[in-house]
Amino acid sequence: MPPPSEPPILTTGAAFLAGLRAAWSSVFSYVLFGTYIGIGALAHDFGFGLAWAMVSTVLVWAGPAQVILISGLGAGAAHLEVAIAVSLSGVRLLPMVVALLPLIKTPATRTWQLVLPAHFTAISMWVESLRLAPKVARENRVAFCNGLGVGLMASAVTATAVGFGLAARLPTLLTAGLLFLTPVSFLVSTARNARMLVDRLALALGLAVGPAFAFGQVEFDVLWTGVVAGTAAYGAHRLREALR
Amino acid sequence: MTELAAYLALVLVGFLPNEVWRWLGVAFARGLEEDSEIVVWVRAVATATLAAVIAKLTIFAPGSLAEVPLAVRLGAVATGLLAFMLIRRSVLAGVIAGELALIAGALLFGA
Repeated sequence: MPPPSEPPILTTGAAFLAGLRAAWSSVFSYVLFGTYIGIGALAHDFGFGLAWAMVSTVLVWAGPAQVILISGLGAGAAHLEVAIAVSLSGVRLLPMVVALLPLIKTPATRTWQLVLPAHFTAISMWVESLRLAPKVARENRVAFCNGLGVGLMASAVTATAVGFGLAARLPTLLTAGLLFLTPVSFLVSTARNARMLVDRLALALGLAVGPAFAFGQVEFDVLWTGVVAGTAAYGAHRLREALR
Repeated sequence: MTELAAYLALVLVGFLPNEVWRWLGVAFARGLEEDSEIVVWVRAVATATLAAVIAKLTIFAPGSLAEVPLAVRLGAVATGLLAFMLIRRSVLAGVIAGELALIAGALLFGA
């Protein structure tokens, strides 16, 4: 059997287009479309403008943070309080960016070139990048990820506008189904990506520890779950390596 | 809120508090190798954080999803995962099966 061939190096433009195409064929384009219909409707109901809602999707690009921002500002909560809640929901982006960037950069990549892929990093883009980028030549991965991010974001921005227009005409069962898209798609796609034991363990332990911490009313339960369950999974991985 | 104030709030209250973590991620990722032990650990932390978000969104559901009974939500998530494992590890199959289970459960047991 011949050794697996190296992926061909494309031009930057072609790699970007390959990323865009990957976005269209990603299940997340559709999942994000559904999710952001809900967010567009929410923005409408809280009295924000259509352009504002679309800009918020481009700038914030994180569903949970947008829900907090829109409902918080819309309800007239103190700005500082909303900013803190948004920031707490965004901490998860830090480990995601740290795990993704070493996969897509080359020794020649400048730091400023990573700011855009870091901005596109959200759960959907992260999951798809970890899966697809290894199949792309390393030199092309930043452009590929930018294409993927633009494609996914285009779907979300369009859906924000559609949801804004549909608001109030959406039946309850449909909005419940749209809100359910996020957990079910995240779970299934994370399960697909978890090929190494350490990733599978981290997923399983996180699913068990998360609710325990939440019910125990541990402060910052999501973050603590990440650190505790992630480190435990990593420890098990190291132990297994050592015993081999 | 005036138009300008709304956009100012978007940047100061929404964009910056969220984006700062991405910028910190860029700073921390400098000099890290893809297969280094610290990246494996950070990925495990990110995966476990994601799992906690999934669990939280299912158990403490937002908006109209909260009107669907908890047992239906948990059953629907399990159905989605099972369908994914049984049907060629297809994410789409898992998502569709989970959604169908949720809607069927909501219709049967009240939404």
